Amino acid sequence: MDFDLKAALFLTFGQTMQMVISSLLAAIIIGGSIGLLLFLTSNTLFLKNRAINQIVGVIINITRSIPFLILLVLMIPVSKAIVHTSIGPNAVVIPLAVAAIAFLGRLSEASFSDVDNGVLEAAIASGASKLSIVLKILLPEALPSLIKNITVTAVSLIGFSAMAGTVGGGGIGDLAIRYGYQRYEPEVMFICVIVLVLLVQIFQVIGDSSAKKLDKTSK
Amino acid sequence: MIEFKHVSVSFKQHKQIFEAVNDAHFKIEKGEIFGIAGSSGAGKSTLLRTINLLQTVSSGEILVDGENVTNYRRTQLRILRRNIGMIFQHFNLARNLTVYQNIAFVLKAAGKSKAETETRVKELLDLVNLSEKSNSYPANLSGGEKQRVAIARALANDAKILLCDEPTSALDLETTSSILSLLKDLNKKFGITIVIITHELDVIKSICTRCAVMNKGSVVEIGDVYDIFTKPREDFTRQLLSHTSHFNLPEQIIDKMQGPIIRLTFKGDNANNPILYYAANTFQIGFNILLGKVEYINDLPLGILYVQLIGETEPLKLAIEFLAANTADLEVINHGL
Repeated sequence: MDFDLKAALFLTFGQTMQMVISSLLAAIIIGGSIGLLLFLTSNTLFLKNRAINQIVGVIINITRSIPFLILLVLMIPVSKAIVHTSIGPNAVVIPLAVAAIAFLGRLSEASFSDVDNGVLEAAIASGASKLSIVLKILLPEALPSLIKNITVTAVSLIGFSAMAGTVGGGGIGDLAIRYGYQRYEPEVMFICVIVLVLLVQIFQVIGDSSAKKLDKTSK
Repeated sequence: MIEFKHVSVSFKQHKQIFEAVNDAHFKIEKGEIFGIAGSSGAGKSTLLRTINLLQTVSSGEILVDGENVTNYRRTQLRILRRNIGMIFQHFNLARNLTVYQNIAFVLKAAGKSKAETETRVKELLDLVNLSEKSNSYPANLSGGEKQRVAIARALANDAKILLCDEPTSALDLETTSSILSLLKDLNKKFGITIVIITHELDVIKSICTRCAVMNKGSVVEIGDVYDIFTKPREDFTRQLLSHTSHFNLPEQIIDKMQGPIIRLTFKGDNANNPILYYAANTFQIGFNILLGKVEYINDLPLGILYVQLIGETEPLKLAIEFLAANTADLEVINHGL
């Protein structure tokens, strides 16, 4: 091996984490809000509004139906405009975030919809404001399911971030392809895959255990 | 206290208009326990929900304390709802919040301080006998306990009205009676007006003073519970009552019996007199009780007896006349005369 594998691994691992964490944060904040909006505009107890609900829904569906590889290419001009570059981890955060926002948007809508409508109706009947019901009843009731869906999103993002290497995104996936595949160094490929598997495991374990801790619905 | 003025609610379903409530027009008095009975789909739940405007009305007016609340919105509506507690068949407690948090939520939402909230929750939990469950989650409570928490939550902001949507339908018999007696206590202690909708007529019998009977969106009968149960005016009410009180003599028994069989109904005061004994003594006939029960509705007795009479034709006729005159109702089931 004519390059420092350890240093390369550290660098690309950092890049992967940077891509995953920042796009995940965007997904939680923006995607979560979109999911909430979708839920609130579909529920008669809150702000039922068919028009808004359908428009947002269609935008989410369109975004979700674009294959990620194509989204990567489509987003190049957007990345250029926002982060002034079209290569490197900073640039691919944009398409990653867009995909993750749409993904988590739908999943979090489902999390909110799974909250027992009767519980929300009881809160409305108590005269509480809609804002306080959303913050103090809806969110805690949906939280375990939201965390599970955030975990699913994070795991998908790890996969997507590896694919992002192909357009110069960097990260572990990029390392695997350039050294492992293009330069025929299967052990590099192997190590990269191991790192990715471990990363997914860690995310899954953290997600599952915190969801379980917050879920008080069983004895 | 609560007045429905020609209230109708209709839904549009699959391009068809469905009348859930049709011209409800009656009053619920302050401090009474009012029941609304009817089979499922009769519109009871929809009617109940118009009181706190969880259901908007298509036409008509809702008056609470003399005030027309039909068009209340936002702040006005939220203040109204604080004064009207509501409990549900499936309790509807937030499952990821503790008992304390569930009750505290409605207090904080009404602008109470942390200290006020703390004292009030304690007070409420004492009231419903659940002080030691303050930090439990609903999953660790029994059905009855959950309904008690829900009652505490409903009354947190000193509600003057309590709406109960099938409050005991998910509970076993024993728990049902304990929840009902709690509701009765609260009504006595605080003068809270309680409106209960239920398909269980026993619930209405045991705690309501007046009730309405609904069928297909319309209120078909309304009055004192005792009157409705002892002398239903409408066919539908009679039908509803017959479904619940399985109190009939089996046909085969009637066919086998010799001599007249009569069904006697005793109401109120005449249930306390030994009429049957007088009749037997005066007319020198024998009697054989085949089936009988006495139940109490609002502490007034209602007795039903199936009796076989034994004796000569003439005294039997006289005895039946005497009994008919001295009981609330007499029906001759099998002549045999």
